[in-house]
Amino acid sequence: MAAHDITLTVNGTEHELTVQSRELLVHALRDQLEYTGPNVGCESTTCGACTVHIDGKAAKSCTVLAVQADEQEITTVEGLAEDGEFHPIQEGFQEEHGLQCGYCTPGMMMTATQLLAENPDPDEDEIREALEGNLCRCTGYQNIVNAVENAAEQMDAAAARGDD
Amino acid sequence: MKNGLAKPDVVVDIGHIESMRGIEKNGDATSIGALTTYAEIDDDEELWADATVLAEAASEIGDTQVRNRGTIGGNLAHSDPASDLPGAAIASDLTLVVEGPDGERRIDADEFFVAMYMTDLAEDELLTRIEVPRGDGATSGAYVKKPSPSSGYALVGVAAQLQVDDGTVTAARIGANGVMDHAVRLEPVEDAIEGERLSDDAISAAAERAADDLEEAMMMDDLQASAEFRSHLLETYTKRALERAAERADATVTA
Repeated sequence: MAAHDITLTVNGTEHELTVQSRELLVHALRDQLEYTGPNVGCESTTCGACTVHIDGKAAKSCTVLAVQADEQEITTVEGLAEDGEFHPIQEGFQEEHGLQCGYCTPGMMMTATQLLAENPDPDEDEIREALEGNLCRCTGYQNIVNAVENAAEQMDAAAARGDD
Repeated sequence: MKNGLAKPDVVVDIGHIESMRGIEKNGDATSIGALTTYAEIDDDEELWADATVLAEAASEIGDTQVRNRGTIGGNLAHSDPASDLPGAAIASDLTLVVEGPDGERRIDADEFFVAMYMTDLAEDELLTRIEVPRGDGATSGAYVKKPSPSSGYALVGVAAQLQVDDGTVTAARIGANGVMDHAVRLEPVEDAIEGERLSDDAISAAAERAADDLEEAMMMDDLQASAEFRSHLLETYTKRALERAAERADATVTA
């Protein structure tokens, strides 16, 4: 089996690593680079626990070969907080008790941040549709929706104050 | 590969061939590179106007993450009978442009899908782009589906494209996925609605013909839906697709 030297920029840090042809992005991130935010759930593109951003768009990292992501920008849940300050989506999940066991949470947050980047004021239906590819086995969906709404409100208030 | 459907010796990543990506409007047709994602198609307002049925089908596929990664070329070349695009490919009358050692070959959508996971593509050919005829303002379309409650794939999906002139259907193309082992064109429905004034009765009469050319014994039949139920769904969703296309044509639907 062939090995490939690739470069991944994860949360702004460039990493050079060697991956096997068959190695999935989620395994390269977790096992080689120790970004354990993306979780391995179903490994079949269903549950969304492994969701990261690839060049700014949410993707299930269990269904991308690491070699395919060569030279691309990856953001994991570890990259959301800046300078020790939570991202509004993290605040939202904390405020609204948006997690129980927490396994789906990193994926939920990564999909939700793409939604909020494209649609800063989503209604409940839009939130539920956007998160269709993220499953919560604790069935805590209502609080997850509330968390995303909470984040949208915080981001709107921050924009009104002229923050970043 | 994960499901064991394919065990290739070599995998070539074509994902970075930029000339196979993107949406271009050229006169009478819109050219869509095979590597264009569902999300890029769903986000293209002109495509929603010109080829509504194709854009709507792309918007129904999978979920946010899948639409960010999945491509129109990969979808059509895969010929999954339960996927949402093949019926819309037939209804929107698109042409698949493939390249092989002997150069370029053009294939009509309704001749492309051969069987489950089988197309007219040869082993040494690559689907590079598709061409969609641009609507002339009188074109309207719709894709509706009954999703599987667990996977979201189409148990049955019907794609309808209508040309409507002053309330009368001048041309119709109807495609369906999920019913047979590959996407099929529903010509009896087309024949029944063409030339008719759009009305509830005309739509119902046309939808009743949905399964006329299809053998129920050959229909998809599994734990989620029997062939008999799929046949019933096909008529119902054909009616809904025609109704939605008719509404979009801004036609007066009279009882």
